[in-house]
Amino acid sequence: MSFTVKINGSTHSVDVDGDTPLLWVLRDVLGMTGTKFGCGMALCGACTVHIDGVATRSCITSIESLGKSQITTIEAIGETPAGAKIQKAWLDHEVVQCGYCQSGQIMSASALLASNPHPSNADIDDAMSGNICRCGTYVRIREAINLAAQTNEKGD
Amino acid sequence: MIPDRIAFRASDTNLSRRSFLGTSAAIGGGLILSLNLPLGQSKAANSDSFAPNAFIRIGSDGQVVLTMPYVEMGQGTYTSIPMLIAEELDVSLKQVRLEHAPPNEKLYANPLLGVQATGNSNAMRGAWKPLREAGATARMMLVAAAAKRWGVDAKSCRAQDGEVIHVPTGRRLKYGEVVAEAAHMPVPGNVTLKSPGDFKLIGTRAKRLDAPAKVNGTALYGIDARPAGVKIATLAQSPVFGGRVKSVDATAAKAVKGVRQIVRLDDAVAVVADHMGAAKKGLAALKIEWDDGQHAKLGTEEIARELEQATLGSGAVAQNTGDADKAMASATTKVEASYQMPFLAHATMEPMNCTVHFRKDECEIWIGSQAMARLQAMAAKAAGLPVEKVNVHNHLIGGGFGRRLEADGAVRAVEIAKHVDGPVKVVWTREEDIQHDMYRPYWFDRIAAGLDDKGRPVAWKNRFAGSSVIARWLPPAFKDGVDPDSTEGAIDLVYDLPNFHVEFVRVEPPGIPTAFWRSVGPSHNVFVTESFIDELAAAAKQDAVAYRRALLDKSPRAKAVLDLAAEKAGWGQALPKGRGRGVSLQFAFGSWLAQVAEVEVSKEGAVRIRRVVCAMDCGTVVNPDTVQAQLQSGIIFGATAALYGEITLKNGRVEQTNFDAYQMLRMNEAPSIEVHIVKSSEPPGGMGETGTSAIVPAIANAIYAATGKRLRKMPVDASLLKQA
Repeated sequence: MSFTVKINGSTHSVDVDGDTPLLWVLRDVLGMTGTKFGCGMALCGACTVHIDGVATRSCITSIESLGKSQITTIEAIGETPAGAKIQKAWLDHEVVQCGYCQSGQIMSASALLASNPHPSNADIDDAMSGNICRCGTYVRIREAINLAAQTNEKGD
Repeated sequence: MIPDRIAFRASDTNLSRRSFLGTSAAIGGGLILSLNLPLGQSKAANSDSFAPNAFIRIGSDGQVVLTMPYVEMGQGTYTSIPMLIAEELDVSLKQVRLEHAPPNEKLYANPLLGVQATGNSNAMRGAWKPLREAGATARMMLVAAAAKRWGVDAKSCRAQDGEVIHVPTGRRLKYGEVVAEAAHMPVPGNVTLKSPGDFKLIGTRAKRLDAPAKVNGTALYGIDARPAGVKIATLAQSPVFGGRVKSVDATAAKAVKGVRQIVRLDDAVAVVADHMGAAKKGLAALKIEWDDGQHAKLGTEEIARELEQATLGSGAVAQNTGDADKAMASATTKVEASYQMPFLAHATMEPMNCTVHFRKDECEIWIGSQAMARLQAMAAKAAGLPVEKVNVHNHLIGGGFGRRLEADGAVRAVEIAKHVDGPVKVVWTREEDIQHDMYRPYWFDRIAAGLDDKGRPVAWKNRFAGSSVIARWLPPAFKDGVDPDSTEGAIDLVYDLPNFHVEFVRVEPPGIPTAFWRSVGPSHNVFVTESFIDELAAAAKQDAVAYRRALLDKSPRAKAVLDLAAEKAGWGQALPKGRGRGVSLQFAFGSWLAQVAEVEVSKEGAVRIRRVVCAMDCGTVVNPDTVQAQLQSGIIFGATAALYGEITLKNGRVEQTNFDAYQMLRMNEAPSIEVHIVKSSEPPGGMGETGTSAIVPAIANAIYAATGKRLRKMPVDASLLKQA
């Protein structure tokens, strides 16, 4: 069956079963490989994208469930104000190591910062604990989110 | 894997430069990690480019391309190795572009291992001299070429930021302008390396060169390879190691939209499809009957029992000093204990994968590998082709930890690709990845010490049993029943132990393959020795830091890191009830490290690691930010294993399947980590694995301090810590 999906401002038509997870449409059908496969069960967060601005695990999100939602991926997150701040903080604070989980980390952190310009440590725990990093960059991720939040003016 | 002391072909460290000289630009084929642009294909060097050795190529446009003999899996190699070359070549990191080295053991072997592999935290140790010499050689030839063109003495010229400057006149030539002549300059017989005082890059917090591509989704890992027309496959392998496929009913699988083909092998079935969604759906629809084979009833307990039994016999002597039996007999106090470490999976974030295009007389492979030449050889064997007909493209690695030193995945992918027309990317589901890993060995240790009337250890005896990964991976290094990896951290201890006897009993477990796992031998041995020395301190009723310190007169660098960590951690200061501090001290991978962990244990027995303070002496620091990052990383990796890591077998099957049962430390559990680095001008030591082995005993010792309970079996069992 054919589905129409809106990704990063463009409309794509894909011919797959309705229960196909969005992750595989992105990676294998459309060739957008920035979104990563980690577990297939929403346990690790590597596949995180934004659906209408909400951080969502694309590995368990079926294509038929998307309707007219707007999907944003790592390839375009830098075009959002929160995404750009997070990416810059990630670079300034030298967060990445192997980097494989970082697309998902950045998508989760960007959604957090967009909805909560000055997150507390508990807010960061809540938003980020679904994202596993085997390289253990957690300490720097927390610091980078705080760094990005500092660039938000007070009362944002 | 191989500590320096029995390094293979170690003399090649000096010879390597000369053997590389004269090699022209035989480097094409690898993918480029571009620093300014998204990834692209390697350009063949044009005829007037300058390639004085296998690592450096400078085009007439001035572009400096560095070919990376070590792979980037997060440890920062793609920044620290270029820093070495750029320092001596006198270019800025902004001027360089990186390529992954192709498989070529002659050109790209790690001088400390003798094989082309990235592991054992020894990239920097192996590269420190030869790659600076490679940069210096190129610089001298460029300077000579410019001097010749100007008709001046080369001694009156110097290099700076990619240019040659004639000092008396201020004339300048960019490197790109003299590459054609430089290529014909004689290769200097002796190169003088910069003295540390002249370093501009080494020692600085240079930014990671791979970071920009990793924050915007353009970094390419093996799993992102998409050769034209590629199909996606996923697989089910015999749930019991050594089992076979008995029958397959693929009727329902073939009816799944997007499924193209079912490939049946002896011990696995693969579903080939247009995309992974269809492949997984097809796999779920397969009805496979397995013949479980001889390990159908195997359980972890059986393996542990066999290892325990083995420690009651005798093993190969790994180290013997003095007379431990005699000293033990006359000791005032005898302390005995046994320790166990579980099987562990690697669980790299990037699941195992390999893309293969098999043709009649050649084979092309896309993968992220820590050991390219080994992979090429094994893939060629599986393909039934000569090695030179197998073209391997390496990629960034989404977590290695030793898993990608193995080529089993590539072999499997080749077996599948032989049945597929066109390229196929084989992707392991997380379940397959965890249940068909090659695991850190299970170990059983029996250890004893005798103390004199002052509590000082006068005898030390340790016999441990487990798999020797080296015996399979690098057979020549397994000699007389011992190997340098299995024993690292159990022998050559920093402590003054006059009567010392350590034996290793090699026991290969049935029905479960073993492999290197981040921090390898020390991941086991440092836990045992540092837990046991803590037990001795307790038996002697002495402070754990003071007790260690009194045994360190022959190890000043060890004493210095212990003192520094203790001071920074506030060792000895009171803590609230339920909290405790534990210390560990290790010399491994050529570096000295002390850690103090502070834990909190709840009434229910839940352990929370609050804070870790470490002091590191890793010799010359190439990039202090990398040292800090690797310690943070290693500590989280080891803490994950200490709190959660355990792979168990039941009925021959690995019981854990995904991150629900094989748990990882997460953001809300991450401790604060403080890193203190000791200044040193000694040659660099290894970094990437040190934090992992040192944190496990620090946690166990902290739990003891908090609760009085000594945990001798990892991972932490909260039920043992629950307050009645």
